[in-house]
Amino acid sequence: MNTRKKNNLYKKKGGSKIELIEQFKDWEKNRHNYAKQWKEKSGGKVIGYFCTYVPEEILYAADVLPVRVLGSHEPQDVTEPHIFAMFCPFCRDCLAQGLKNRYKYLDGLMIAQSCLHIRQAYTSWIKHRPVEFEKFLCMPHKVQSPHSYEFLTEELKTFKKEIEDWTGKKITDSDLKKSIEVYNENRRLMKQLYELRKRDKPPITGEEVMEIVMAMQMTDKAEHNKKLKELIKELEKYNPDREVGSRLMILGSEDDDTVFMNMVENCGATFVIDDHCTGSRYFWNETENGKDPLASIAARYIDRVPCPTKDWEERRRIPHILNLCKEWNVDGVIIMQQKFCDPHELDFVAIEKALKDAGIATLFLEFDVTVPVGQFKIRVEAFLEMIGEEDLF
Amino acid sequence: METEIKYPTEKLKCWNKAKEIRLKYYKDYAEAHDNGGLRWAGGAWTFDAIPAGLGDDVYPITSEPYGATIAFDKDLSMKCMEAAEKEGYPRDLCSYMRNYWGSIIIDKYPFGYDDKGEFVPRFQGAKPLGFPKPDFIWQDHICCSHAKWYQVVSDLEGGIPMFTVDNAVGPSNELTDSKIKYVVEQLKDGIKFLEKVTGRDYNDELLYKAIKNHFVSTSRWAETCELNKAIPAPLDEKSIYSLYVLGTLQKAGKQVADFYEKDLLPEVKERVKKGIAAVPNEKFRVMSDTQPPWSFLSIFRYLEKFGCVSIGSLYTFGLIGQWEEKEDGTWGAKTIPDIDFSSRDQALYEYVKYELHKPEWQHFYSCHLKSDMMIRIGKEWKLQGVMLHYNRGCEGLTVGIAENRLALLDAGFPVMAFEGNNADEREFDEARTKAKINAFMETIGAK
Repeated sequence: MNTRKKNNLYKKKGGSKIELIEQFKDWEKNRHNYAKQWKEKSGGKVIGYFCTYVPEEILYAADVLPVRVLGSHEPQDVTEPHIFAMFCPFCRDCLAQGLKNRYKYLDGLMIAQSCLHIRQAYTSWIKHRPVEFEKFLCMPHKVQSPHSYEFLTEELKTFKKEIEDWTGKKITDSDLKKSIEVYNENRRLMKQLYELRKRDKPPITGEEVMEIVMAMQMTDKAEHNKKLKELIKELEKYNPDREVGSRLMILGSEDDDTVFMNMVENCGATFVIDDHCTGSRYFWNETENGKDPLASIAARYIDRVPCPTKDWEERRRIPHILNLCKEWNVDGVIIMQQKFCDPHELDFVAIEKALKDAGIATLFLEFDVTVPVGQFKIRVEAFLEMIGEEDLF
Repeated sequence: METEIKYPTEKLKCWNKAKEIRLKYYKDYAEAHDNGGLRWAGGAWTFDAIPAGLGDDVYPITSEPYGATIAFDKDLSMKCMEAAEKEGYPRDLCSYMRNYWGSIIIDKYPFGYDDKGEFVPRFQGAKPLGFPKPDFIWQDHICCSHAKWYQVVSDLEGGIPMFTVDNAVGPSNELTDSKIKYVVEQLKDGIKFLEKVTGRDYNDELLYKAIKNHFVSTSRWAETCELNKAIPAPLDEKSIYSLYVLGTLQKAGKQVADFYEKDLLPEVKERVKKGIAAVPNEKFRVMSDTQPPWSFLSIFRYLEKFGCVSIGSLYTFGLIGQWEEKEDGTWGAKTIPDIDFSSRDQALYEYVKYELHKPEWQHFYSCHLKSDMMIRIGKEWKLQGVMLHYNRGCEGLTVGIAENRLALLDAGFPVMAFEGNNADEREFDEARTKAKINAFMETIGAK
């Protein structure tokens, strides 16, 4: 399906701005080549990971490249014998990549405890496509408990030792601190980029930001930082000639559907903010510079903007979402979820209500590996018409 | 096809007592406030010995058996499901909870009083009561929806004080002191929460008694299931469903511990000694997996036409039962800890250490651990095949089920997979499932 329209801000090819955006896209689209080349160049190990609760800083400190496993949005039938059809399409799409041997270069594979759906992709993968190193990291669920910090710190101590045994490299506190700094810089830069989206005329689209965040999850952060700095410098002085239209937020399950983003942004709207693990949830908070780097890393993952699986007893994501809407001056919110994504399904009724109470209109859409762009377009256009109706009269 | 009667059979003598305990449980919950008592809500796996320390007049309602109870009342269940859907809760969420939420929304309890003033189920003529609102929520969280179920309960009731314990600390073969302490510390916080929301002082002696009841219930239930290794099997799975449920209601309750230890276990031992079969024409033995489609338990009776008995499942054995590997390498009931409790900390530590070995908690970390246990049951309970319920109503127990199928096939067990839903009858096709059973019976040689 080739429904994508050119929507980037940089209409003329050859300029440095388009080159920068294209660089991030290239990393994302050619993720496997990137990892293979990195491996060849550095001689280091590459580990695939399934969830953004994986403490990448520890891997990076051991000179291991963490790459997030994402799907390919192609219909497939290889996972049917492995995952029951009532589980989310994203976890099946991820497993399909492994079963189709697209990640053969991985030396290791890991997951941090989050939802059950994606865990199946991990457990099936390690059985049918074994790797040198495998790890289920017991990330606590009750991040609102004061005891979760100590518990996770202990889990990270064990994990660090396992990584040392695997790689043969002793991870010093200094290695961890350097790694934390690289990651924190990446997070700070991303927040700077997001700040630019507050402008009346955001200098970057939601689709482009999604590409940048996805690239962030599969490249060496130091390299990503370098390009990101250059991009921000360019964007700071950039005044787009594109119509902004309605300012939208998108939130929900894992979402790397750039085709959908592109379609919406060609209907007279711009995504100015998100709450996704392929978006702001991934990088929103930094690791504090504490005495014990492992305790600091643990605190960072405990205190981050939570995935719904961990957002209890209090729903702390809701005030965060409302605040994002306010600060980024949002006109409407698209709530999407991967089909069968139980944790999000258990949140969206409450989120919808909170947004309604705040006077913000919502559109709910259920995603699959491929989305029905034509049908969604009609719904999106109707939604945009509804939230823009004041302009009509 | 009727097969030859080979063994004597008789009804369980303790059957009616089991039913009485269950009915009294729902009555006690409904009437708790009449006598100044408290009501609380939580899941079947919650650490229910903890609220027991608030007094002898504190009554729980556990969500999963409550949802199953509604499912059995098809008319009420349909109303509940539709009410939950109307509020915006999707159809693929836990079907027990959709029944539960629906009963809050339409304000109907599946029990009430009949014309004679007797407390009976609604389908036996009771005028239904409204849903009795709990005073607090005491939940655990291992499935990624558990705590979130109760956020919704609280939302629907306009706010209920809620405490949830994260017990997802990894598989039992990787237990460490740190993992146990993480859960213990949460329980200690939970006790403070209970004191605060109820205004009651906590009684450690009641806690100790409840933990001991818990040990007895979970170990004696496993011992009862272990007796089903016998040929003929003294219990069939349809009966097991009515018996294991007591452990899901209140495993730390004295009435449940006593029933398992003093009524059920001796009777099942006696049945084995006398060769009394659950299915008198037993010739073939299978097991199932996950919750059954509660409105269609008749499929288990259908098996009997072929001389086939379902002896249980990892689900019925290990949802409540606690097991361990014995010296001869076989699976048997977990030994009850021989400990006197002298402090709250010590009691909680022993309670958590014991409970984290629950077999049905292990597959949340790896489906392969579950496959190993299922293959063990297949061998030790001498099975000819396995029926796997691909249950659309419960993501927690179907996680990894497709890998379990592959592993069982690799181990040489014929597998029949059938799709359905534990508590939403709209998603179960009885005729098609029976047709599958016909074919499966042919596969294992029973037809």
